[in-house]
Amino acid sequence: MQTVATKAPVRGLWSGDEAVALAALDGEVALGTGYPGTPSTEILEAFSAAGGRAQWAPNEKVALEVGLGAAYAGARVLVTMKHVGVNVAADPLFTAAYTGVDGALVLVSADDPGMASSQNEQDNRRYAVAAGVPMLEPASSQEAYDFTLAALELSGRWRIPVILRMTTRVCHSKSVVVRRERPLPPAPPPSFVRDIRGRVMVPGFARPAHRKLREKLAQIEAWAETSPLNRVIRASPALGVVTNGISFQHVREAAPEASVLKLGVVYPLPVEALRRFAAGVERCVVVEEGDPVILEAMRAAGIPAEGKTERFRFGELSVERVRRILAGDDSPEPPPAKAKPPELCEACPYHPVYGCLQRMGCIVAGDIGCYTLGVMEPYQAMDTCVAMGASVGVGLGLRHVLPEEQARKVVSIIGDSTFIHSGLNGVVEMVYNPPATGHVLIVLDNGTTAMTGQQEHPGTGRTMEHAATGHVSIEGMARAAGIRNVDVVDPVKDPRGFEDLLRKRLASNDLSVIVARRPCILAAADIRHYEKLNSEKAALSAAPGCSACGSPDAV
Amino acid sequence: MPSSRVVNVVFAGLGGQGVIKASDVLADAVFRAGHDVKKAEIHGMSQRGGSVTSDVRFGPEVLSPMIPAGEADFLVVLAPSQVENNLHVLRPTGVLFPPDLVPESALRNKRSLNVALLGALSLHVDLPEEHWREAIAASLPERLLQVNLEAFEAGRAAERARAAAGGRHGHP
Repeated sequence: MQTVATKAPVRGLWSGDEAVALAALDGEVALGTGYPGTPSTEILEAFSAAGGRAQWAPNEKVALEVGLGAAYAGARVLVTMKHVGVNVAADPLFTAAYTGVDGALVLVSADDPGMASSQNEQDNRRYAVAAGVPMLEPASSQEAYDFTLAALELSGRWRIPVILRMTTRVCHSKSVVVRRERPLPPAPPPSFVRDIRGRVMVPGFARPAHRKLREKLAQIEAWAETSPLNRVIRASPALGVVTNGISFQHVREAAPEASVLKLGVVYPLPVEALRRFAAGVERCVVVEEGDPVILEAMRAAGIPAEGKTERFRFGELSVERVRRILAGDDSPEPPPAKAKPPELCEACPYHPVYGCLQRMGCIVAGDIGCYTLGVMEPYQAMDTCVAMGASVGVGLGLRHVLPEEQARKVVSIIGDSTFIHSGLNGVVEMVYNPPATGHVLIVLDNGTTAMTGQQEHPGTGRTMEHAATGHVSIEGMARAAGIRNVDVVDPVKDPRGFEDLLRKRLASNDLSVIVARRPCILAAADIRHYEKLNSEKAALSAAPGCSACGSPDAV
Repeated sequence: MPSSRVVNVVFAGLGGQGVIKASDVLADAVFRAGHDVKKAEIHGMSQRGGSVTSDVRFGPEVLSPMIPAGEADFLVVLAPSQVENNLHVLRPTGVLFPPDLVPESALRNKRSLNVALLGALSLHVDLPEEHWREAIAASLPERLLQVNLEAFEAGRAAERARAAAGGRHGHP
C-alpha cells in the first residue's frame, strides 16, 4: 500500500473524484466497488489506476452488498454510485444502518443538481435522514480528500456506514489537493467474527438493532456539535449564512463580508451550533442547493432563518444566483445560454435501429444510456425513459392494457450494460406475465457502458482493468429465462435483415429478444486491443512449460 | 494580467474538439507556476457532440469554480457555432480568441486548434514558457507532442499578427 501511495505526487491538481480515490488509497481501503454513473464514475477508475483494488458491480445494490460483506469481515470499503444509484442500493442501505459494519464502509452518493447527465435531480441528503446514516459533504477537492478519510474514521469509530455526498461540481472540478502521509491508523487484517444478533436482521434482532442505531446517531450528533468538519467564519454580524458543499464557495465569493457556518456534517445536523450561530447574527440565511433540508431542520428546531425562494430549488447554484438569494431578488433570471444538444455520434451503430423504429411507428419504451438520444431529432423514436432497466416493465405494462393494434407496436429498448444492471428482472417478468400480443425487447449491445465513458461490465467479459474474466451472455440469459425467440443481428451490416426480423417478431404473439450487436464507434479500437492482449495472455498461459511461470501445469 | 486578482478563462466548443483538454493544460500550467487554481466543467451527455464549456480560474485564492457571467477575462472558442452564445461570459474588456484566429493552413493537424489557441492566450497570461511546455507534454501522448508544440507556436504567431494589425480585443 505504501509503495502505491508514493506513486502520485503529494500535492496535485485533482478532481473531487480523484481526491476521493487518493484518500481511499491513503486510508488503506481494501476494496472499491460500484456501478458507473456520472458524476461518480472516475472515483473507482482513479482508485484502480493508482493501484487500489476496484471492481464494477452489475448494479449499485450488488455493489453495496459486496461492500457490506467486506466491511463485515473488517475491511475498509468504498462503494460509489450516482444519486439515482442509491435508489437501487437503498434496500440494503437501510438495514445496513441497523447491522452496522466492522471495518469501515463509505458510500459515495454523487448527486447531479441541474441534471447535467441524469434523469432527475433528487437531493440525497434525504437518504441520510431516512436511513439514519451519517453524511459528510465536501466543498472542494481538498475536502473530498479530507472528508473521505474523516468518513472512514467515523464509520470505523461508530461501526456505521457513512455517506459521502458529492455533487457534480465537486466531483468534476479540479482544485489543489495536499495528501497526508499515513492519515489513518493501519487497517487490521480482515477476519470473521460471528455476530448473529448484530447481523441477522430477523425482527427479534432488528428491534434492538434499531434502538442501537438511534443511540449511535445521538452520539454522532453530539460529536457533530463540535466537529471541525463544521466551520464558522466570523465576519460581519449583520449577515450570517448557513451553507454546505459547493454553495459555500459561491457564498464566500458573493458575500465576502458575511459570517458563515459551513456544514461539513450534513447529517446529523449540529442543531445547537446552528442555534448559536443564528442567534449571533442579525439576519440568518440558509443557502443550500436543491431541497431546503437544512432550513427545514432549523425551523423544526425553532431556529429562525430565511431560505431561498422556490425558483432556486431547481438547478445548480452559482455566484450570481447566491447574490440574488442574499439580495432577496426573486425576479426572473436571464435564460441560459443557447447550447447545442448532444446527439448520437455520426457513426453510431444505433442509427439504423432508430431509423427502423421511426419508419415502423413503434411505441418505444426506452432506457438509460447513449441510446436515449434516439429521442432527439431526426428520429424522436422513444416514448418513455424513467429508470435503469425500466424499459422492459414499462413496455410490458403498455402491452397489457393498450388496444391490440397499438399493443403490437410496443417495443422495449435497452443497452447492454443496462440490461445486465436491471433489465434482467424485466425479462423474468416478461416470461412470467406475458402480454397476449407477446413482446419484443431490443438489446442495443455496443459492447461497453458507452454513456459514462466506456466502462466494462459483466457482458463484456472483461474486468475494470480490461483483463479477461467470466462473461455473462445476454442472449444466453434471455434463452435461459425462457424467451422463445432470441436473435443476434448486426444492424449496420444488415439493416434490411434487422427490419424484416423486427416486423416478423412484432406480428407474432411470441416473446422475442433481438440483440442488435455492433461495437460502440468510440470503443471499437480499444475493444479490439483488449481482446488481442487477452487472447495473447491466454495463449501464453495455456502453452506447456511457458516461460511466464515455468510450470507445465499453468492454466 | 494583474496577478493580484483571480483570472478567469472560459473555453467553449463542441464535444470531441478538445475543449476540456485545453482547459486541463492551462490549469496544469498555472498550477505548476504556483497559483491557486480551480477548473470546472460538465461531463456526461455533453460529450456526445453537444456544447461544452470549461472554466479555469487562477490567482492567489480561488473560491467558486464557476465563472460568473460577464466576469471572464478571456474566452477561447473552438467551434464557429459556439462564439455568439458564449460572448455573454466576457467582461467588457475581455478578450475573445475565435476559432478562425489561427488559419487552418497554419496547422499541420487541425485537431491541434485547441493548443494553437492556448498559444495565442499565452501572450496575455504571465506564465513562464516552460510551464506551458510541461503542461502540454503532460497532457498528450508523446507522438502528438511535436505537432502540438508547433501549433502552440502558430497560435502565438497568429496572436502577434492580430495585435500588429490592430485587431480589436474586446467583443467583436
